[in-house]
Amino acid sequence: MSSELRYTANTQLEHLHARYTGTGHADLTKYEWLTHQHRDTLASIVGHPTLTSYLAIADNESIGRVKFEMTERMLQPCGPPPPKDED
Amino acid sequence: MHLYNLTLQPPTAVTQAIVGNFSGARQQEIIVSHGTRLELLRPDPQTGKISTVIASDVFGSIRSLAAFRLTGGTKDYAIVGSDSGRIVILDYDPKTSSFVKLHQETYGKSGARRIVPGQYLAVDPKGRSVMISAMEKAKLVYILNRDAAANLTISSPLEAHKNAAIIHNIVGLDVGFENPTFAALEVDYSESDQDPSGEAFNNAEKLLTYYELDLGLNHVVRKWSEPTDARANLLVQVPGGQLASSDRYDGPSGVLVCCEDHIIYRHMDVPQHRVPIPRRRHPLEDPDRGLIIVSAVMHKMKGAFFFLLQSEEGDLYKVTIEHEEEEVKSLRIKYFDTVPVASSLCILKSGFLFVASEFGNHYLYQFQKLGDDDDEPEFSSSSYPSFGMASPSEPLPRAYFKPRGLENLALADEMESLDPILDAKVMNLLPNSDTPQIFAACGRGPRSTFRMLRHGLEVEEVVSSDLPGIPNAVWTTKIKEEDPYDSYIILSFVNGTLVLSIGENIEEVQDTGFLSSAPTLAVQQIGEDALLQVHPQGIRHVLSDRRVNEWRVPPGKTIVTATTNKRQVVVALSSAELVYFELDLDGQLNEYQDRKAMGSTVLALSIGEVPEGRQRTPYLAVGCEDQTVRIISLDPETTLETISLQALTAPPSAICIADILDASINKSHPTTFVNIGLQNGVLLRTVLDPVNGQLTDTRTRFLGTRPVKLVRIQTQRNPAILALSSRSWLNYTHQNLMHFTPLIFESLDFAWSFSAELCPEGLIGITGSVLRIFQIPKLGTKLKQDAIPLSYTPRKFISHPTNRYFYLIEGDHRTWGEEAAARKLDEMRKQGKMVDEDVLDLPPDAFGRIKAPAGTWASCIRIIDPVEAKTVAVLPIDNNECAFSLAVVPFAARGGELHLVVGTAQDTFLSPRSCTSGFLRTYRFTDDGAGLELLHKTETNDVPLAVMAFQGKLVAGVGKALRIYDVGKKKLLRKIENKVRYNFASAIVTLNTQGSRILVGDMQESVSFAVYKAPENRLLVFADDSQPRWITAVAMVDYTTVAAGDRFGNVFINRLDMKISEQVDDDPTGAGILHEKGLLMGAPHKTKMLCHYHVGDLVTSIHKVSMVAGGREVLLYTGLHGTIGILVPFVSKEDVDFISTLEQHIRSEQSSLVGRDQLAFRGYYAPVKAVVDGDLCETFAKLPASKQSAIAGELDRTVGEVLKKLEQLRVTASGF
Repeated sequence: MSSELRYTANTQLEHLHARYTGTGHADLTKYEWLTHQHRDTLASIVGHPTLTSYLAIADNESIGRVKFEMTERMLQPCGPPPPKDED
Repeated sequence: MHLYNLTLQPPTAVTQAIVGNFSGARQQEIIVSHGTRLELLRPDPQTGKISTVIASDVFGSIRSLAAFRLTGGTKDYAIVGSDSGRIVILDYDPKTSSFVKLHQETYGKSGARRIVPGQYLAVDPKGRSVMISAMEKAKLVYILNRDAAANLTISSPLEAHKNAAIIHNIVGLDVGFENPTFAALEVDYSESDQDPSGEAFNNAEKLLTYYELDLGLNHVVRKWSEPTDARANLLVQVPGGQLASSDRYDGPSGVLVCCEDHIIYRHMDVPQHRVPIPRRRHPLEDPDRGLIIVSAVMHKMKGAFFFLLQSEEGDLYKVTIEHEEEEVKSLRIKYFDTVPVASSLCILKSGFLFVASEFGNHYLYQFQKLGDDDDEPEFSSSSYPSFGMASPSEPLPRAYFKPRGLENLALADEMESLDPILDAKVMNLLPNSDTPQIFAACGRGPRSTFRMLRHGLEVEEVVSSDLPGIPNAVWTTKIKEEDPYDSYIILSFVNGTLVLSIGENIEEVQDTGFLSSAPTLAVQQIGEDALLQVHPQGIRHVLSDRRVNEWRVPPGKTIVTATTNKRQVVVALSSAELVYFELDLDGQLNEYQDRKAMGSTVLALSIGEVPEGRQRTPYLAVGCEDQTVRIISLDPETTLETISLQALTAPPSAICIADILDASINKSHPTTFVNIGLQNGVLLRTVLDPVNGQLTDTRTRFLGTRPVKLVRIQTQRNPAILALSSRSWLNYTHQNLMHFTPLIFESLDFAWSFSAELCPEGLIGITGSVLRIFQIPKLGTKLKQDAIPLSYTPRKFISHPTNRYFYLIEGDHRTWGEEAAARKLDEMRKQGKMVDEDVLDLPPDAFGRIKAPAGTWASCIRIIDPVEAKTVAVLPIDNNECAFSLAVVPFAARGGELHLVVGTAQDTFLSPRSCTSGFLRTYRFTDDGAGLELLHKTETNDVPLAVMAFQGKLVAGVGKALRIYDVGKKKLLRKIENKVRYNFASAIVTLNTQGSRILVGDMQESVSFAVYKAPENRLLVFADDSQPRWITAVAMVDYTTVAAGDRFGNVFINRLDMKISEQVDDDPTGAGILHEKGLLMGAPHKTKMLCHYHVGDLVTSIHKVSMVAGGREVLLYTGLHGTIGILVPFVSKEDVDFISTLEQHIRSEQSSLVGRDQLAFRGYYAPVKAVVDGDLCETFAKLPASKQSAIAGELDRTVGEVLKKLEQLRVTASGF
């Protein structure tokens, strides 16, 4: 969060990032981007009734189960984050 | 190309249902969301039947619904969370029978986004506030109140956001009149996002958090937050708070946290109670699989409450809480009954349970008892140490029950639902039908059905009996005006009349006063208690004391036609004269002194019913042989003067004047329609101006090949018209709008209304020498459904080119095939394990099948005779294979003999897609197609999701590869695979062909055009789409044009440039294409998008068909949620301009009920292109008259002209 502040000192931008979860920034890592993408997609699937029905039919699970598993997966959709470099 | 989209059958899936007193009356109603449509249902507590009150498209996607009532109020409002970024409060106005938007507060962007609220709604049970929440972080609380004039008010939103929190569910806590509190089930992901070791992820806690709205400070505070079970998914409100009158507590307050395998009672600072969710004791049970609750309902009765929770298997559990004041003593759970898995459950105070099934038909059950004193095992938290919470991380010992048939519930009503439609075909297979039928493979799992849909009203025959001769007309009549039911049936034959009396039996009677030696022209109960018979020689007026007054025709003349009502009689003589009679106050029938000479033979006459409180109806319609219809006055001042005249295209055969309510013309009063049936089978419907008697607004419709006969009847106590030709049609009012629908019944020669105690709103008709009494049970439904049950989820089906059978493949994931299950059970029996046979014998259509681990499949091929509506044969597929695709292929190598090729895959996993081996099974048809014989199986390396016949060979989409196979002795032989640079990204799902061109639909990469160059044996992709599309259905419109639907609910049309098409066809070897440079990392050429439209439902099939005999071809599509719609090409530029301008005006007048912008919704993923939303245009009929005329004025038309244009578009394209 502080990275763009460091470079641009644009407090408004930081405010916007805090407000709109999922907005990218210049220092976004691949992992972060992918995780955001997955969370957005999962939320969109849960939010669209036809998509949950479609998945429920394909997997032969109840719609309630599909929504639950999708929401659960939002916690960590792309596995643990890559180890950080020491700096 | 410009298209007009029209929904013929709106979606029937219910995504959510809420119950409440929405009309403010004592009766409870149900509002259901069909995803993009809201419908108000009214269950009748007496009959136990559900009827639709209103339904309206919202032009947005509804994500959540909640019923809400202000403190002390008697009327419920509906709060809607949608993808509009707005919270909307709807009120049902019973006067205008419409939903009224009371409030619409914008809080965020549109679209179903992660952090924009709308996904969950929770209301305070005392009606003071509402919380609306997103999937993540955002929660807004609105305070609801009433102002001085008792209007509902809404505050500005208060934020209860929590960053990085994924929200599983929210619920309003019942805290009585303390500050409103909401409970949320949240997981914080910030730590697991930072921890590379994955430990934080494993230790992530699911928190139950209370948010309190401090009404004094106008602020939301996080009051309490405690970790709960990591697999919790649902919260249910527990009653609480004190009654105003006494000190007693309604309940302990708090929530039930439904988790995998457990239910926990939870409240702030009190001990938790935990019980296991009982499971079915099934021998094939997967012990690793948890059980979750998918829907729940709480019901409060006087001084008590209980919960019904439904598991994902469909089992209902009754949960009760034993409490002393606020202290919970125990939480108890027991099995209640099994019903289909519901998306919502609603309990009505009148003792009904509405089950909105997640797939398939919806049901209304009546409670027989509440499961209080049966011997079902009950599991109580008090029988476990520390109320089941001794070690919260450890599961409780599993509890079991034995499922059984319904004991506490009894089925009361069923609502048909097509959801989900997985594949469809449109064909005309029925004999004697001139319009095609829609065959749809619907449903999921063991409740799947194969349905035949026909346009028309279902007819229920009550009685049919043979008559001695062939009658030419039939009437029924009461004896006295105030009789509730009919007493006589009068049949007119060529040379006589037969009178039957209606009683215990229907038998002939003699002494009725009717002349039996001559045919009859008209029968009428006239005045208070007299009867009237018109026959060719005169009129018999039969008084109540059986005296007969007879009027005789002048010698040498006969009566040719007659029309009557309660007070008036008009007859036409063979000399083309009209004679008019009117009943005076003494009940005497008086002839008017003059006769009117018409100058041309009169073919048809009609007068309307006497309006309430009047002496007579002022207008007579006369149809003459000179192809005219004249309106003649019956007013005492101007009796028998001609008022207006309408020329016709053919001689009339029948006329019928009726006053019918049509809200598109007049909202409050019935409109007088003059219906004119012509001898060529055309019906004209004109509006009679009640003031000046002029005929306006003529609409025409082709009914059939025979001269039209018209009969005035009653439906639902409203006048309606039955029009008979080679098909019978009913013109009636439903939900204030006029409908014109064919009856699905044998063609009738004549018909009349029939009212008896057992059949109060029936009809009586004659076909040949058979007398039939019938009724129309489901007014308002336009499609009649006939269903055949299936075993598993249908995947695809195909018709045979020469016989009439359909070949359908079915398959279910996570299901044991019959053979595999039997093998497993045998093994268990051999090992001496107990196998409960009762559980195994439960019918799967009611109880479902036991869930197997992922990668287990059950599948079969079914042969269906659609005309007889029965299954001819079922061929199970063994070896854990599932069928995914099929094609009928005339293999050139076998002299064009037809073979059925079924693409299957063994041990398939869905995500990521994998299988041990795919197979192409080749079958030979036996017994004229009624049987199949397996010739051979060909292994493939991936799942063959699409197969198709192509030039005497087989084209298969095997995973990403497109291949051509030819038939061999032991296997199919691979001829070629496209090995060009442009591979398909994920998997080929659809194949279409014309000539040597193959259209390939990819799961993610839209439709590509490929060509097969036989001389060089080359399979080359030469054009594709410029944008990625997740294709679900494809149809070729013509050689260069393709219509397709994608997974997100869009339909679009792509076209290839004619020049490129020719260039490719002219290249004999394909070398040109082979060496062309690819464009944008794809094929060298791109298709151009012509049309784009968001349907709002996932399109599962598209067909290019003509829906009416001789009509234009349209694109018909089916949607997953049960939508059936058509895309109609406009014929002229004027039509495009007119309808688009109309759409634009209606768009600005009619704002969406959920606050979504209609244009933005139709352009959800890509802007709408060249498609007009017909569903929006058709709401023109429902607009208030002032708005209608304003819009029509802008278009330089009259309201009637606009309505006529809309009707014409609908009727010529679909016949609906």
